[in-house]
Amino acid sequence: MKYLSTAPWRWSFISAAVVWLIAIAVTHGNGAGAMLTSALAMATFIVIVGIGQMFVIALGPGNIDLSLPANIGLASAVAMTVMNGDNALVGLGLLAALGCGLMVGLANYLLIWALRIPPIIATLSASFIIQSIDISYGRGLQIKPPPAFADFANLQFLGVPVLAVLAVLLAAFAALVLQHTIYGRWVLAVGQNARAARFAGVKVGWTRAATYMLCGALGGIDGALLAGYFRGANVDIGNEYLLSSIAVVVIGGCSVAGGKANLPGIWGASLFLVLLLTMLNTFGVGAGVRLLLTGIIIVAAISVASDDRAREGA
Amino acid sequence: MIPPAGTTLHLRSLARALLPAFSLLVVLAGIAWLNPRSISYFGFSLMLNLAIPIVLATLAQMFVILGNDLDLSIGPFIGFATCVSATWLYDAPMAGAAILVCAVGAYAAMGALIHLRNLPSVVVTLGMGFVWQGLAILVLPQPGGQSPEWLASAMGVQPPFIPFPVLAAAVIALVVWFLLERTSYGVILRGSGGNPIAVRRAGWSLLKIKMTLFALAGLFGVLSGLSLVGLTTSADANIGNGYTLLGIAGVILGGGEFVGGRVSPIGAVVGALTLALAASPLLTFMNIPPDWQVGTNGAILIIVLTARVLVSRRQEAV
Repeated sequence: MKYLSTAPWRWSFISAAVVWLIAIAVTHGNGAGAMLTSALAMATFIVIVGIGQMFVIALGPGNIDLSLPANIGLASAVAMTVMNGDNALVGLGLLAALGCGLMVGLANYLLIWALRIPPIIATLSASFIIQSIDISYGRGLQIKPPPAFADFANLQFLGVPVLAVLAVLLAAFAALVLQHTIYGRWVLAVGQNARAARFAGVKVGWTRAATYMLCGALGGIDGALLAGYFRGANVDIGNEYLLSSIAVVVIGGCSVAGGKANLPGIWGASLFLVLLLTMLNTFGVGAGVRLLLTGIIIVAAISVASDDRAREGA
Repeated sequence: MIPPAGTTLHLRSLARALLPAFSLLVVLAGIAWLNPRSISYFGFSLMLNLAIPIVLATLAQMFVILGNDLDLSIGPFIGFATCVSATWLYDAPMAGAAILVCAVGAYAAMGALIHLRNLPSVVVTLGMGFVWQGLAILVLPQPGGQSPEWLASAMGVQPPFIPFPVLAAAVIALVVWFLLERTSYGVILRGSGGNPIAVRRAGWSLLKIKMTLFALAGLFGVLSGLSLVGLTTSADANIGNGYTLLGIAGVILGGGEFVGGRVSPIGAVVGALTLALAASPLLTFMNIPPDWQVGTNGAILIIVLTARVLVSRRQEAV
């Protein structure tokens, strides 16, 4: 219990519960369960990329992956093309999306390493190019996902989306990797003090490369799953995941200064973001007000959640 | 790694300083080779039609980068400025001007928030981008509106000999250069990016400096929006979205760095012009579909950064 009352992520779950209760109050309790089901499904997609972004941000100040939206967009198109609507090719399509994401992550890291430029600029330039490849490659792409894959992405069991369960397992696995494997400890060590880590024998370069590739791979998988869930790929499918992937890391209680990360917070913050949108929708507000309030609440949440010792991330 | 003599450092910084101009020349040479007729008064007026808003957006981003921050909200902010300019500023000029002044004030407040709470600027500005986008949609739900006449005529000026966009870019570059490099507070502003602790110990308020930098970014964002409305004679809540990344790319192309307050106003303007020329006229002349417009910007960025690394390495080896 003591752990619970001091855990940095508790606020994200409390906030998520509060916005859910407000939304239910507005609808007089109608659709409370359905609201939670769809929130779980949508939060899953944020959690997957949020975990990737969390590992990258944990690498220390300045580390951030701005190429996630472009990566998701391209991977969704690649997955749909490879699957070609055929149930038998689902595995191959997922592998292709995974490989596509890994390549994006590798390209990001090579740019950072070879050009000695800040990750923001490297991932930004990479995302420009990926975006163009995607626009050019995915133009007019009208391939539907194989029925089995689309059904799987939308599958629910007693109101709980199967993908959400898998994402919980993924988060648990990521927590295990972070705390109990050499790689995870290296990520945190590099994030706390890259120089000290290097002297201590940590392979800093390899750790960074692996982390950017991990983030890229998670982005790729997310793209394929999104295309399955929404029954089709599209260039803009990943657009909202830049803000949300970064926001869940910060709101979830990870330090933007790096070297500190926690997985439950990613889930809490993702649920908070999704339920926030649900709440605004139940108010019946227009697109303008919804964007306005989302922005204000995110900035407010970050201002409150971020700890004072946080150093500049950019 | 320390250069042995002053000359090495000099050569190296000279080569670095000339890189932005060299990139622009390469792009211009490409255009001249592919379509010689475009190198003319009207050619430049057409090709650089939308360069002024890009230049102003780049300078807005430059002020933020100067303070070791990054502004991911400037694009939506410019969109918001166009929406206000094409509605309120047209219908009720005083109220419209007041809104734009408040918007600049909001930018300064955002700088204060980032400084006081020690927040990562990337996250705060990303969130504020949503706020500006939402406000823009509230002001102007559908693309449209009308440009105030004075604005359209100001952007339609045809000066003798030198095309308007070129002249305007030169004037803007010189003004900002003077402000940053030749005034005492400009030096303090740059110092805040290089060594904030020293600046604070010297008795300057870092809060005021941060607010000034963000207010300047807001001001140039508003100017960018105004020029955009003057050129397109209408507004759209999404019109500015591409300018966030274009601005960052322009600053970096112009020799700016992310940390240490090392930016160059003239370089940033040259960088913005390079991007404006490379992104559409050069591609059109090369028969490359507009799909690759963004990708070209990315490729140019990578090429120039590679060149920068090569220049630095060679000089280090000397």
